[in-house]
Amino acid sequence: MTTGRIHSFDLSTGVDGPGTRFVLFVNGCPLRCLYCANPDTWHMRDGKEATVDEVMAEIEKYRPFITTAGGGVTITGGEPLLQPAFTGEVLRRCKEAGLHTALDTSGFLGARATDQLLADTDLVLLDIKSFDTDTYRELTGGRLEPTLNFAERLDRLGVPMWIRYVLVPGWTDDPQSVDSLARFVANLGTVDRVDVLPFHKLGAEKYDALGIPFPLRDNPVPDPAMIDRVRQRFRDHGLSAY
Amino acid sequence: MTTTMTAGGRTSEAWQGFAGTAWRERIDVRDFIQANYTPYEGDAAFLTGPTERTRAVWDTVSALFPQERRRGILDVDTETPSTITSHAPGYIDRERELIVGLQTDAPLKRAIMPNGGLRMVENSLKAYGYQPDPFVTRVFGTYRKTHNDGVFDAYTPAMRAARKAGIITGLPDAYGRGRIIGDYRRVALYGTDRLIAAKRAERAELDAAPSAEHIIRDREELAEQIRALDELTRMAATYGCDVSRPARTAHEAVQWLYLGYLAAVKEQNGAAMSLGRTSTFLDVYLQRDLAAGVLDETLAQELIDDFVIKLRIVRFLRTPEYDALFSGDPTWVTESIGGIGADDRTLVTRTSFRFLQTLYNLGPAPEPNLTVLWSPQLPSGFKEFCAQVSIDTSAVQYESDELMRPRTGDDTAIACCVSAMAVGRQMQFFGARVNLAKALLYAINGGRDEISGERIAPETAPLTGEYLEYEELSKVYDGMLDWLAETYVGALNVIHYMHDKYAYERIEMALHDHPVHRFMACGIAGLSVATDSLSAVKYARVKVIRDETGLAVDYEIEGDYPAYGNNDDRADTIAVGLVDTFMTKLREHPTYRDAEHTQSVLTITSNVVYGKHTGNTPDGRRAGQPFAPGANPMNGRDRHGVAASALSVAKLPYEHARDGISLTTTITPEGLGHVPGERGGHLVGILDAYMASGGFHMNVNVLDRATLEDAMEHPDKYPELTIRVSGYAVNFVRLTREQQLDVISRTFHGTL
Repeated sequence: MTTGRIHSFDLSTGVDGPGTRFVLFVNGCPLRCLYCANPDTWHMRDGKEATVDEVMAEIEKYRPFITTAGGGVTITGGEPLLQPAFTGEVLRRCKEAGLHTALDTSGFLGARATDQLLADTDLVLLDIKSFDTDTYRELTGGRLEPTLNFAERLDRLGVPMWIRYVLVPGWTDDPQSVDSLARFVANLGTVDRVDVLPFHKLGAEKYDALGIPFPLRDNPVPDPAMIDRVRQRFRDHGLSAY
Repeated sequence: MTTTMTAGGRTSEAWQGFAGTAWRERIDVRDFIQANYTPYEGDAAFLTGPTERTRAVWDTVSALFPQERRRGILDVDTETPSTITSHAPGYIDRERELIVGLQTDAPLKRAIMPNGGLRMVENSLKAYGYQPDPFVTRVFGTYRKTHNDGVFDAYTPAMRAARKAGIITGLPDAYGRGRIIGDYRRVALYGTDRLIAAKRAERAELDAAPSAEHIIRDREELAEQIRALDELTRMAATYGCDVSRPARTAHEAVQWLYLGYLAAVKEQNGAAMSLGRTSTFLDVYLQRDLAAGVLDETLAQELIDDFVIKLRIVRFLRTPEYDALFSGDPTWVTESIGGIGADDRTLVTRTSFRFLQTLYNLGPAPEPNLTVLWSPQLPSGFKEFCAQVSIDTSAVQYESDELMRPRTGDDTAIACCVSAMAVGRQMQFFGARVNLAKALLYAINGGRDEISGERIAPETAPLTGEYLEYEELSKVYDGMLDWLAETYVGALNVIHYMHDKYAYERIEMALHDHPVHRFMACGIAGLSVATDSLSAVKYARVKVIRDETGLAVDYEIEGDYPAYGNNDDRADTIAVGLVDTFMTKLREHPTYRDAEHTQSVLTITSNVVYGKHTGNTPDGRRAGQPFAPGANPMNGRDRHGVAASALSVAKLPYEHARDGISLTTTITPEGLGHVPGERGGHLVGILDAYMASGGFHMNVNVLDRATLEDAMEHPDKYPELTIRVSGYAVNFVRLTREQQLDVISRTFHGTL
């Protein structure tokens, strides 16, 4: 029986894919984004071991509700592709149960997603943290290239995507960089929308509880005008941006 | 011309163009609606905004609100006990009002209604700086007994003790019980002449019956009903309206219906004075006039806007303590909208939209208490409009048409917050509620009150172990609930016997069939506290801390326990069991007039006061801390989002809580979706899914905490900020500070 390391689950509406969704948070992430709101999901060892059956039993309790509400299941983290076998099996079982499936990933480990896993995924929420290679490395500790490769692969396979872009003043608000990203995204045929997510500090308490510094504690959050401006840049490339 | 017409001629003119037959032969508004209404499956695009006239009338009366808010009441007539005909006509703006009629001779001027209880009247007057009138005091203190006096003559010492300790509270023993909905539509459809004739026929049927006590009472009541209909006719005449005949136009239909309702609120200060289910009935008249070109959409909306202005300014004289208990100045003018008919056609009409549109045309407000009877089968245009109105105003509540229709039919209306009844055929005896959490503490302490140490319940052996044991606790709790149910039903029987005797609702009952079906509407509070306490004892270890007299006063929890509100059967089945058990116990005790037992899981805003009067509980809740409202999980313990929380509540069996199960949710705008344009659709999905899962009621607030905190600091910036509490809505800025903090401490379902 395949097991995974999970953090928790939640029901959310309209933020982790369409409709009201069962959102499974898994533990473990290869990146260390400076703005990360879930530092409690960084390490697999901190997660709770759960079998796919256990996860499915929990999901089953919500199946009628989320089906009627026009939602589905989203796997997020952490980084779900750090546990590709577990993630793939949950996705497959959800598909078999007739549920809409979404995978929320940075794409950094996109190469670990099998074609079968992606065939069981109705929607990928692809977080592109920055389009500037150096900024990406500084912001996340990882390389940008795997994410872009993954995006192109999803396009080739015809997997629908929502691009998520966290707007952090001083880090990801550079107009040229946003423009280049928008151009790249506009060339992908399966992108339904771009979510511009304003940076927030609601995870700060978790850092305190874990006794680790929150690197962007003093960074400003974007004002509404900046958010509108960035959304407009994406729209200028013919994308639906929210 | 009309004065020389015969009654038959006046009626056939009024009914021109209407189809159907049964409703012509007997009093049957439902049959009239079914034969004549036009379902509307479209969207909200046809609606119109407020006219200059509507704005002017609303501005005139709303300009009085700040002064009323400051002083508590704007004015009161201290000398005239209110009856249907006691006051001269009053107006807001006589030239411009389309729908006329006020409770007294001036807007917001309150009346006294001492039949319910003189003390309540006198205390209220004194609290607002008025002197009770000596004549009124003499009449009601010397010559005319009140409901309140009667009740206290017949209460037993055990009932008084339970009431004083706060284990049974909110009893309508000092004022009008309310929660009776007259079928005010009858006044418009039939006119009072026909209604009086029908009542005479009902009365005549009793002539041959032996004069046993219950027959004598029925005869007297029917005589009072006929008298009240006559008074309604005379009161309406002072406004220039001849309601002895049926309404001929939509304008008259709204006016006649309102005058029927006005007669009720002139005579009864019932806790909840609900309106019924009027929008689709009125739509028949509006459609007829629109088709005939007598009306256009603007005027149709104006009539509804003007009607709603009147419903917004219904006022009763209450004590400040009462207002503190129920938040502001509630009247529960509940209007039930939407639903599906027995033939599967939707009962949504254009006028269902027009009622909701008043929240835009006049701005958000708590009254009337707009209640949508929700079904996944409702037309999508209507669902989307409802959701948008909720998102914009937080002023709408939803109740499951799917649960009610099979039981109370497709002409069901909600009284107060969540109490379903067939309009004109069923009524209820309002019974407030008992405190299940406190009862658990009594069980632990062998019948002693955990705060005062006094013996309230019959003496039983207190639990003496260092830790609470689930089996043992369950057993003593069961015994305590037996005592509670018996004392409670007994107290309610006393109350309703006396209310019928001294403060009978003549006009409301005149607008019911005879005989009427009666419910005895019991209720429970503290469900989530009792459930979590039992869960803690069962799944964690709960150590008892006792004072020097051996009274258990606090608890220490070792380990975790599953809390109600997380769709976890371990806790949820305990809640289901409590609802089930208590209902079964209630049914064991005979009721006054053989009323059918029901119960609600509803606290309105009294959850704050219940909490105040309840000591530390084994779930970890501290003494004095508010309970969760209604059937809600305890604040902050529902950790998995709105769907998980709602699914726990949806497990409570409606069959054993036929008086309603109330869930109040607060969702942040972002919690309904990142994209504003998609939030309405998401809310529709949640409501569909909740009702499809067996959920009964959902109050929907779409708000963020920051807005409420700002409103606490700067109330003047938010005069209209409306929030749904438990089964109705209130102006946030009129809540006590304690209640405001309670609302802010509730779970806000959002996302990080």
